[in-house]
Amino acid sequence: MLSSILFTLGLGGACGAVLSVASKVFYVYEDPRIAEVENLTAGANCGGCGYPGCSGAAEAVVAGKAPPSVCILVGPENVAAIAEIVGGEAGTAEALKSYNECLGGLRATDRFFYQGAQKCNAVASLYGGKRDCTIGCLGYGDCVRSCKFDALVIGEEGYPVVDYEKCVGCGACQVVCPKTIIEVSPMSARLMHLNREDDALAPCQQTCPAEIDIPRYVDHIRRGEYEEAVNTIRERNPLLLTCGRVCPHPCEEMCRRAIEDDPVSINQLKRFVADLEMNSGKRYPIACNPDTGKTIAIIGGGPAGLTAAYFLRRLGHHPTIFEVQPELGGMLRYGIPEYRLPKKTLDWEIQGILNLGVEHHVNVEMGRDFDLASLVGAGFDAVFFGVGAWNDYNLNIPGEDLKGCFTGINFLARVGRNEKVEIGKRAAVVGGGNTAIDCVRTLVRMGLEKVYLVYRRTRKEMPANEVEIVAAEHEGIEFVFLAAPNRVLEDENGQVAGLEYLKMELGEPDASGRRRPVPVEGSETVLDVDMIISAIGQNPNLSFIREGTRLEDLELTRWSTFEVNPETCQTNVPYIFAAGDNQTGPATVVEAIGGARRAARAMDQFLRGKPVVGEPRALLAEKKIDESLFERVPGIKKTRRVEMPELPVKERIACFDEVDLVINEDNALHESRRCLNCCRLCYDPDLSIPEIKTSKTAA
Amino acid sequence: MGDLTVLIISSIFINNIILAQYLGACPFVGTSKKMETAIGMAGAVVFVLTLAGTITWVINTYFLVALEIEFLRTIAFIMIIASLVQFVEMFLKKSIPALYAGLGIFLPLITTNCAVMGVALLNVQDELTFLTAIIRSVAFAIGFGLALILFAGVRERVNLGRTPGPLKDTSIGLVTAGMLAMAFIGFQGMV
Repeated sequence: MLSSILFTLGLGGACGAVLSVASKVFYVYEDPRIAEVENLTAGANCGGCGYPGCSGAAEAVVAGKAPPSVCILVGPENVAAIAEIVGGEAGTAEALKSYNECLGGLRATDRFFYQGAQKCNAVASLYGGKRDCTIGCLGYGDCVRSCKFDALVIGEEGYPVVDYEKCVGCGACQVVCPKTIIEVSPMSARLMHLNREDDALAPCQQTCPAEIDIPRYVDHIRRGEYEEAVNTIRERNPLLLTCGRVCPHPCEEMCRRAIEDDPVSINQLKRFVADLEMNSGKRYPIACNPDTGKTIAIIGGGPAGLTAAYFLRRLGHHPTIFEVQPELGGMLRYGIPEYRLPKKTLDWEIQGILNLGVEHHVNVEMGRDFDLASLVGAGFDAVFFGVGAWNDYNLNIPGEDLKGCFTGINFLARVGRNEKVEIGKRAAVVGGGNTAIDCVRTLVRMGLEKVYLVYRRTRKEMPANEVEIVAAEHEGIEFVFLAAPNRVLEDENGQVAGLEYLKMELGEPDASGRRRPVPVEGSETVLDVDMIISAIGQNPNLSFIREGTRLEDLELTRWSTFEVNPETCQTNVPYIFAAGDNQTGPATVVEAIGGARRAARAMDQFLRGKPVVGEPRALLAEKKIDESLFERVPGIKKTRRVEMPELPVKERIACFDEVDLVINEDNALHESRRCLNCCRLCYDPDLSIPEIKTSKTAA
Repeated sequence: MGDLTVLIISSIFINNIILAQYLGACPFVGTSKKMETAIGMAGAVVFVLTLAGTITWVINTYFLVALEIEFLRTIAFIMIIASLVQFVEMFLKKSIPALYAGLGIFLPLITTNCAVMGVALLNVQDELTFLTAIIRSVAFAIGFGLALILFAGVRERVNLGRTPGPLKDTSIGLVTAGMLAMAFIGFQGMV
């Protein structure tokens, strides 16, 4: 009896002693927070999180590799408590979510008949699967079976649909998917994703300079999910109100429907949802990542600067915009006239970006009020240049400094600032680009008797947007083609008395593929005008680059734009990035947005101390995925394309009211149903369109 | 020597701890869905069983038998195995972090593995010498690993096929385990 009691006591004591000594001897320092976090998890070692046991998960949470919500068994209070323990630290993990890019499903065609094991990985081992599309979903739902949270189902349309309420981002689906189509990624990866050669990209999305997921947002509109549509656009483009109005929509040229019918009016749909949000008076929430504490100076508050600030802020950084003009907006405010983009609309859009926590200073000029040294001294971690191209080229003809001569952007900016501009009665605008068109349309509204547009080639070669040219024609502008200004005539008061030009004829094609105009000898003609605006192009004003400063090291192109790596927008000074017109030369708003997003991506890499690299499989500009380009598109019925409503000509030339109006909801739904919801190979022929269910009825 | 060979062969194949003695069935079903997990578990069991077999033999011979308190055997063995696993975990974490990371969650899971307890008790029951007890512990562990890995391989392939709804996953797993056990009966002619 005694010996058994003694033995039990002894054994217990010995085990206890050995373990306590061992815990001292074999002590390994462990972050105390790991134990705290582990205590807050369920302790069931269920493996539902995808980590080896609760301690493994706790370690991952503390290391920032897993979100605080990784444990599937704990309630929101514990998640909040865990977040508090790990929170406030740099590199806090963002929530991961699973995304399926492939909407092929039952639409996708098959290469061969398959009756083997009903598993994705089984069929994938046969020539990569039976689907014609090399990247698309195989549809047997390995991901669905791998999901421990019932967050995935194979939907009616035959591809996996993620339930974001349930998805915890464990990554099990991504591991089992034999294709790369289901991907678990945090928000930052989605915001910063560049189009890749192996992505599920419709021709329109390949063409969009901002890389917006067009089929997805059109699909949201079709289902009446307008907020989701806006959020989809905002993943790539923060200036949707602006782009909905002024974008030349190159996407519509590549629209697959256009092969058999008129293209889908994509930009009108974008404007429809953007205006719907603005007119609803409340803003859809925009998520931002936890603070990183990094600050970026954004020089220039135009489209490029605003876009860069928007993306950097959403990634958790702190951008500050420095703007020389009295208000933010750059060319959007001072270059694009009121009738194309009302200032009220622009204000609302910019306020949405500022609301995220973007700081800004106006009326401060680089090189005058501050310089690079003061920015570096103030502790900014990176500098972004988006100063635009505001220097008008001169005509280089005699008499162009006379009273009554203006330059394009300068003129528009003065009108935009409501400055008093001394206008004449009859004006000639020289140039064929959008700035020239903006000038003539502005002049018409200012009440001039006669406005000419003088261009040295023909209408076909005009670089301005077709819709703008048509609108100008409607508004009574007289186009003088094949005319090169020769000199400006002067009257006795030193005032412009006329514009003498030489007639031209088209010769051999030049480097840009346009036929070079050649002057006709002795064809001098005089245009009777008292006001001349030259709008023949711009280049950036980089006069803030002074001798003996770091800025002098910057490499510039011969058009005095910043020389950057096109994929990262990084200059040769590692902490300086540039995008927009001051890098590309005068271009469109949407190109500035695309460039600024690439710059934001690179700046994010730079600020996190990672190597600044482009996307190795990036689908570079102008390049298209071959298999997505069709010759014919069977199954298309010609249907009416929604016409853009606009103010009647008589009404609009008398004021600066917005000319283009927004389409109504019925028309938007009609137009969205015309979208074939394309991908690389799949599309919905018109026959199946009425069967698509609208989940929400029109509000 | 001949006896030892017979002991090893019979422990691995004929008296396989899982498929003939029906011990350690929970990890057998639980960790056999993936080959990777099965290999991890097998490694951990070999490691712990060897140590447990050795220590329990010593405790049994020099304490329980010597003090004539054999009735405390079960409770003493439980305590020893649990403490041992804890100790090994701490030791590995400090000294061989790579092995610790490799074994991962399986090490603490063995605390509740009845195969370990079973082997310790069987060693006593069969009144083996110290050396034979160790050898048989290792052999049993190898048998455990062999059965587990074979089973995991079969299950991975079975999972690729179409299984009728009611038989999915664990159900078909148990049917497979039964067939595997029958196959192991075939080893009975070896010795």
